[in-house]
Amino acid sequence: MTGFPSGTLLAQSALSGLFVGALYGLLGLGLSLSWGLLRQINLAHFALAFLSAYLCYQLSAVGHLDPLLTLAIIVPLCFAVGVATQWLLARFAITPFNSLLVTFGLTVILESLIQGIWTADFRKLESVYGDTRFRIGALYVPAPELLTLIVAVALSLAVWATLRFTDVGRALRAAAEDGPIAEAFGIDRRRLGLLLAGVSAASAGIGGVCLALSHTLAPAQIYSWIGVVFAAVMMGGLGRALGPLVAGIVIGVSESLTMAITAPSWAPLVSFSLLLVVLLARPDKF
Amino acid sequence: MNSVIRRVAALVAGAIVFVVAAAAVAAPSGQPIRVGGTLALTGPLASTGIVHQLVADIFVSEINKKDGLLGRPVEYVVKDDQSKPDLARTLYEQLITVDKVDLLMGPYATGAILSAMGVAQRYNKVLIHHTFGIPSLAKYDAHFPTWSLGPDPATTFPNTLFDALAATAKPPKTIAVVTSKFPSVHFMSLGAREVAKKRGLNEVLFLEWEFGNRDFGPIAARVKDAKPDFVWVGAIGLEGNQLLDAMKKIDYAPPLHFHMYPAPGPMITAPEAKGALAATIFEEHQPFLSNPGAAEFVKLFNERAAKAGLGYTGVETQAAASYTAWQVLAAAVTATKSLDDKVLAEWLKKNKVDTIQGKLRFDGPSNYGDDLMRVKQVQNGKWVVVWPKSAAAPGVTLQTN
Repeated sequence: MTGFPSGTLLAQSALSGLFVGALYGLLGLGLSLSWGLLRQINLAHFALAFLSAYLCYQLSAVGHLDPLLTLAIIVPLCFAVGVATQWLLARFAITPFNSLLVTFGLTVILESLIQGIWTADFRKLESVYGDTRFRIGALYVPAPELLTLIVAVALSLAVWATLRFTDVGRALRAAAEDGPIAEAFGIDRRRLGLLLAGVSAASAGIGGVCLALSHTLAPAQIYSWIGVVFAAVMMGGLGRALGPLVAGIVIGVSESLTMAITAPSWAPLVSFSLLLVVLLARPDKF
Repeated sequence: MNSVIRRVAALVAGAIVFVVAAAAVAAPSGQPIRVGGTLALTGPLASTGIVHQLVADIFVSEINKKDGLLGRPVEYVVKDDQSKPDLARTLYEQLITVDKVDLLMGPYATGAILSAMGVAQRYNKVLIHHTFGIPSLAKYDAHFPTWSLGPDPATTFPNTLFDALAATAKPPKTIAVVTSKFPSVHFMSLGAREVAKKRGLNEVLFLEWEFGNRDFGPIAARVKDAKPDFVWVGAIGLEGNQLLDAMKKIDYAPPLHFHMYPAPGPMITAPEAKGALAATIFEEHQPFLSNPGAAEFVKLFNERAAKAGLGYTGVETQAAASYTAWQVLAAAVTATKSLDDKVLAEWLKKNKVDTIQGKLRFDGPSNYGDDLMRVKQVQNGKWVVVWPKSAAAPGVTLQTN
């Protein structure tokens, strides 16, 4: 049997955790924004990410488009879906709790749609990115995961900067803080809501393309991401752009190091144990 | 005069031939025989559930093109258990009490079959099933497994595998056992550990992960660090591919690697899975194709699977076990000319049934017969059986490089 893991093993595992954590953060970004700023808990975010992943697969494997070029089609499409969903939720004045139920229903519909088109069989996108990896000393860096990390960091920073430094961002934060007062100052909450929902959904589309680049797809996998991404969103703070990414990376690296040092079957305990610790330490944030 | 007699005789003979031929292809008539079951048509097991649905559709449509069962058409009443054993239990209850089906066909996967078995036992119904992975859990005396694992697969199959490895030019001396905690593969992995120990293999790594694990990077890194001669991967579905993919990302390829129940399609298409070993009960080559009904079924399945858009259109363990279940059901009904569950159960316990897997018997412990699991390998983008020699594809041997 092996003793304590080598430095290379630990570093490679931490790197693996960093990459998977970036994906948690990327998937959590839109969820956090719509939950924190629109008060909508959008479970359909995951289904939309998977629908995007399947579209990327279809456009690349069958349509022979470069997977990254598919973003030009997927992102506007997701934006439109996000706007339409938000319009529907606002039209019927859906409460945050009911939004959970409505978007769960939407998730089931999208899952059935995916299964109807692509069957329940596994789909794997083979691309030039999948076979590309870089070597840094004894460590290996796979291209799709590196791309996911870069996209997650860039997108989170862009959203953070927009929320913090632009008029639209300030208006969004003001509307989330106190809607009626914001409206009294001339902020059009409805239009801002549609814009934010569109951006959140577009981020799901980008997350979906990253998923397709590095993972094999099956419709039921939609649900396997919900728990850990929710944990990342809650740990990172609702409505925060950088929070899910940081929390996702903390969870990912912790899970990976757990797998490297102890039994891999303990890894799922990590994300929720961390969430419990954060909830106990900062109850005022939730 | 003679020519008139000859003409009349020819006409009579022609008429007789026509009547006999017409009777031979007569469409079944009367009330359909309703066979009820559930399948995982949605949920995490759906990728395999759809294979069983396709097999059932093929069997039912083909038998109805002939004379059905007992001259009556067969109807398959299938409900979606959503990959949930608890739902399967409710649906089997419904099939028996509300739909009042004549016969039962098992669902997909061990958990759902165990649920269905409890219901079948309560109503004294025969349960023929195709994919039950843990024989020791099957206590009902009228269940009939068509996945021919034998009563103690955790011992018998690893021995078959290690025999295959021992027969290579450079048998492995060290082993890493890494396994999912999915019940039907986990107990096989624990069995493999014991067998490996008894056969003198040095275990350099043992790891378990929860089913649904997303990050295989650290597991791959640990296997690379342990440098085993042989890796036993207790994987089901996509897990084997996920691990191999993670290994590829750190520029590691295990010398020899076995995967318990991999998704067949993704594994033959992945370049990193070249040479992967796995367990099987049937592959699309001789001697299997000589078994009763095998060649015809393979042809039909290939066509229908392609039409249905399945990623892998070949027949292997899942489709073969599923078709066998229908063959066993039809054989029992035809032989006994009965739909009585007690009569069917008694017949099945006393008789062997010719199937595409070979002859199956149900007279061993827990109604299990022989362990017919073989070792297959990915060679030139195809699955081929490499061990035992009697079942190996013609001219094929286990490749170690």
